[in-house]
Amino acid sequence: MKLPLTRRDLPLLLVAPGVAWLIFFFVLPLLELLRQSWSQPTSRFGLTTTLSPNPDNYMDAFSLAAPLFARSVGIAALATLVGLVVGFPLAWWIVRRGGRWKPLLTGLVVVPFFFSYLVRTIAWTTLLADSGPLMQMVRVLSLGHLLNNLGLLQDGRLLNTTTALVAGLTYNYLPFLILPIIASLGTIDPTLLEAAADLGAHSPRIFLKVVFPLALPGLISGGLLTFIPAMGDVVNSQYLGGVNDRMIGNIIADLVLIQQRFTTAAAISMLLLLLITFFLLMYMRRYGKTGLGAS
Amino acid sequence: MKSLATKLRQLQGSILTIWSLIVYGILFAPVLVIVLFIFNASKSRFNLIWDGFTFKNWLNPFADPTLAQAFFTSLGLALLATLLCILLALPMTMALERFRIKGASGMELLLVLPLTMPEVVLGASLLLLFVQMRIPPGPLALVISHTLFCLSYTAMALKARLGGHDWTLEEAAADLGASPLRTFMQITLPRLAPGLLSAGLLSLSISMDDYVVSSITAGSVVTFPLRIAGAFQREISPQIHVLSTMVLLISLVALVLSCRENDDGHQPNQN
Repeated sequence: MKLPLTRRDLPLLLVAPGVAWLIFFFVLPLLELLRQSWSQPTSRFGLTTTLSPNPDNYMDAFSLAAPLFARSVGIAALATLVGLVVGFPLAWWIVRRGGRWKPLLTGLVVVPFFFSYLVRTIAWTTLLADSGPLMQMVRVLSLGHLLNNLGLLQDGRLLNTTTALVAGLTYNYLPFLILPIIASLGTIDPTLLEAAADLGAHSPRIFLKVVFPLALPGLISGGLLTFIPAMGDVVNSQYLGGVNDRMIGNIIADLVLIQQRFTTAAAISMLLLLLITFFLLMYMRRYGKTGLGAS
Repeated sequence: MKSLATKLRQLQGSILTIWSLIVYGILFAPVLVIVLFIFNASKSRFNLIWDGFTFKNWLNPFADPTLAQAFFTSLGLALLATLLCILLALPMTMALERFRIKGASGMELLLVLPLTMPEVVLGASLLLLFVQMRIPPGPLALVISHTLFCLSYTAMALKARLGGHDWTLEEAAADLGASPLRTFMQITLPRLAPGLLSAGLLSLSISMDDYVVSSITAGSVVTFPLRIAGAFQREISPQIHVLSTMVLLISLVALVLSCRENDDGHQPNQN
């Protein structure tokens, strides 16, 4: 050994490149984002900035994006709620009725998501289009008026509506939601349910008093794994949502790519990260940080 | 009275089963569309309307030259990013699993954090750094950004694999006087090969799928998803579906491999 290195240095030597990469290309960009969000753009395209503190960016960000923040949070929450309603019974069915097919049935939930995200979402535009199978079904059953009045269709259309956006978000994050629920339902001992039934509890009561509390960690981590990425999603609103369905991610992409207003984009990004951190911390305070990695 | 209760329970059970089958139907609906439209003898430039059955799209996946070019650009980018990822992630995860390192939990957090960031923010922050470093959006920016988000996935896959790794063979080799490098090359690497392969395939498929970050850092480079997004306005050729199905196959192989490894992991490791 010519290098003045001992075996004790080996571990540090091994982690060094990875850590350096992450600091250089993850931490540093984040700091740059923070810096730019507080800086004054000095050229038209905001490429060079001075360090003079400039809270205007945050004022800009707020006035530009406050309604979008509220909307994104609302849409992501709705998509999560729909996902829970759709996904929980399936998770329950897989765990309780799956038997020896359980691994296969769980795997089948994930398989469609190995298709390209973009291609999958574009395939949904075919399914939801005016001439697509869903709208044909609506016409055959003459549900158009009813669904229009319920606000599920907009002007008799399904594609490019809020409904399609929420459905797309629910769909695209469904495995992230279902897998943690399956994991937490799997920990429930079936004899517990039998005992509750033997003691005279009715199904709704068993559900509320036994199943729900035990499944709650899975429901919450699955919900969070849907809610957080849905909030920052760009693709679904671009392809499935209507003109009024732009989300916070779309405005960031727009400001960066088209308007090149980097400082405002940086301020909005910081606000979004703050919001996500808030939700994550709330989760970790109650449930520890173990559940998140479970997927 | 009791028979009513059991009937009610049966009804409940069948409603649950029907609901589950419907959800599976929804899950696979877009996949069905994609696979179906590969067989579509499309007459218009948009392969969105059914015009009849054909096999020809399967036979010439590269019929659309710009699409083929985008596909191979993406493949090259994904291979490069994956190689970098493994070079960075393998030593790091091995050290984290095997040794006690000061600040290990901080490093693990650093590995996971990029996954909690919205892609658009990840892309925007990288672009800001690139502007400061005078790296123009383009090939280099793409490789760096893809390596960054693939690194977290690769590291997580490798960590899961290394968690069940039995280090006694490595210790025996060291006791017999083998250098760490030799131990790694002759003992660790061959045993880790399947895990490396599945982590690599995972990284490959994630890189080939990325649209949001690439749309910010690509500059004038056209990757496969960027080409698809660009084509959406003008034409959608069936080759998009054929090539996406090929990408899907990469991911499925990764899935099967990782499942098989997990099965092996359950068996007691007695060589």
